[in-house]
Amino acid sequence: MSYTKRLDKRKFDELRPIQAEVGIIPNADGSALFAFGKTVAIAAVYGPKPLHPAHMQDPERGIIRCNYNMLPFSVTERAKPGPNRRSKEIGMVAGNALAAVVDLTRFPGTVIDVEIMILQANASTRCAGINAAAMALAHAGVVMKEMVSSVSIGKIDDKIVADITKEEEDYHEGEGPTDIPFTMTSRTKQITHLQLDGKIQTHRFKEAMEAAKVACDKVYEYQLRALKGEKINENK
Amino acid sequence: MELPNINKKRIISLLKDSKRFDSRKPFEFRDVEIQTGISINAEGSARVKLGKTEVIVGVKMETKEPYTDHEDEGTMVTSMEFSPVCGERYESGPPQMDSIEIARVVDRGIRESGFIDWKKLCIKEGEKVWSIMIDIYCINDDGNVMDASSIGAVAALKMARFPGYDEKEGKVKYEQPSNKELPLTENVPLALTFHKVGDSLVLDPNRDEEDASEARITLAISSAKKDKMINSMQKGGITPLTIEEMEKIIEQSEKVYDELFPKLEKKVKELMK
Repeated sequence: MSYTKRLDKRKFDELRPIQAEVGIIPNADGSALFAFGKTVAIAAVYGPKPLHPAHMQDPERGIIRCNYNMLPFSVTERAKPGPNRRSKEIGMVAGNALAAVVDLTRFPGTVIDVEIMILQANASTRCAGINAAAMALAHAGVVMKEMVSSVSIGKIDDKIVADITKEEEDYHEGEGPTDIPFTMTSRTKQITHLQLDGKIQTHRFKEAMEAAKVACDKVYEYQLRALKGEKINENK
Repeated sequence: MELPNINKKRIISLLKDSKRFDSRKPFEFRDVEIQTGISINAEGSARVKLGKTEVIVGVKMETKEPYTDHEDEGTMVTSMEFSPVCGERYESGPPQMDSIEIARVVDRGIRESGFIDWKKLCIKEGEKVWSIMIDIYCINDDGNVMDASSIGAVAALKMARFPGYDEKEGKVKYEQPSNKELPLTENVPLALTFHKVGDSLVLDPNRDEEDASEARITLAISSAKKDKMINSMQKGGITPLTIEEMEKIIEQSEKVYDELFPKLEKKVKELMK
């Protein structure tokens, strides 16, 4: 049986209900929440601020230090608290996805700390985290050339879908699941982050990229609305 | 002692006249906001706002071998983290002394009050018991994270439901949660933290007051019967407290408990509906 209808009845290109809001952490210079359905991420930005130890400073440009942290109770089987190889890798790629659009030459010798926390996980956590972090950076007033938006494109059996869920990640019939998280810039549509797990025919990858472009545009609209002060919650 | 900043001087001098920056009285608690069900994969969860201070708490459960000295009792582990999300002064890394202390004090308040009926967490004596894991994360630190954590832990435990359990296989089925509440008693612990700022005592300090503080004491109080019981205490800071000050703290904590506890109980009951 092929994957003709999505498990949660969404259209193939439809995102889950979105939540988006900025200014949720009063102490932070910038903060935001972003959720794809049951996946909820928050992000806080502190900085730019002087970087210590001093030997890590770059006299020509600032750096972005990004941490990704999945809370122990965000998953069904409790995750051990603290950093692990997975969270370190995601922190790094998320930081790179964001650094591409921040004009870091304006902040030599400084660091911008970006903290991502996953409160509730149901796939696409890094994408939700990057979306929240990008909003938090903008909310902090950090100079950005353009916005970044992130969506996990999937190939479930032979269908290209947007914003995959945990249930779809575990769909092993037909060609099985493929998870392709994309992060794209809002204006010039450049890819600042791309990963892939699974199997996809080379000739179908273009299709996935097209889907990512459309889906990232949708995410960007939500980010923009939230940054203008709207509290978006489509779950209600 | 030398005063490091002008803010601290001002806080101390105002407190001498029983005044505070945020216009509260010395023993006035900030407004508490409780929200539950914030993380669906947790067996129970809560978010507590105490003024601008905010914590989130999740309860997870799993089965474990019991401790050999309590073969028919469940177990509990509490951990707390000031992640870098919650303020400029915190850096990532393993939990520091301040968060370890909060976790341990919250843990003792729950344990010693008898809030949890440990024997009812036993699956098979000597072999398998339920273990409760409480994870507390500070989201925004504006002082007194201790009391916010304690309220959050109690609310999350109240909301928690056992995950499904397959007796034949002896496996936990997280995807099939049961409707069964945890075996909790009427002995609900409530932590109250007092600080000594200059020569004055204050309850529920905000971040600036905490920074100006020289000594701290936390009491966890419960009241199943007509007497209020102190279930745990922890003094922090180097400056000593006098006997008179301790008497005043006990007296005030009874008053605050009577005022605050019914309010919180009502809030949690409403959330449980």
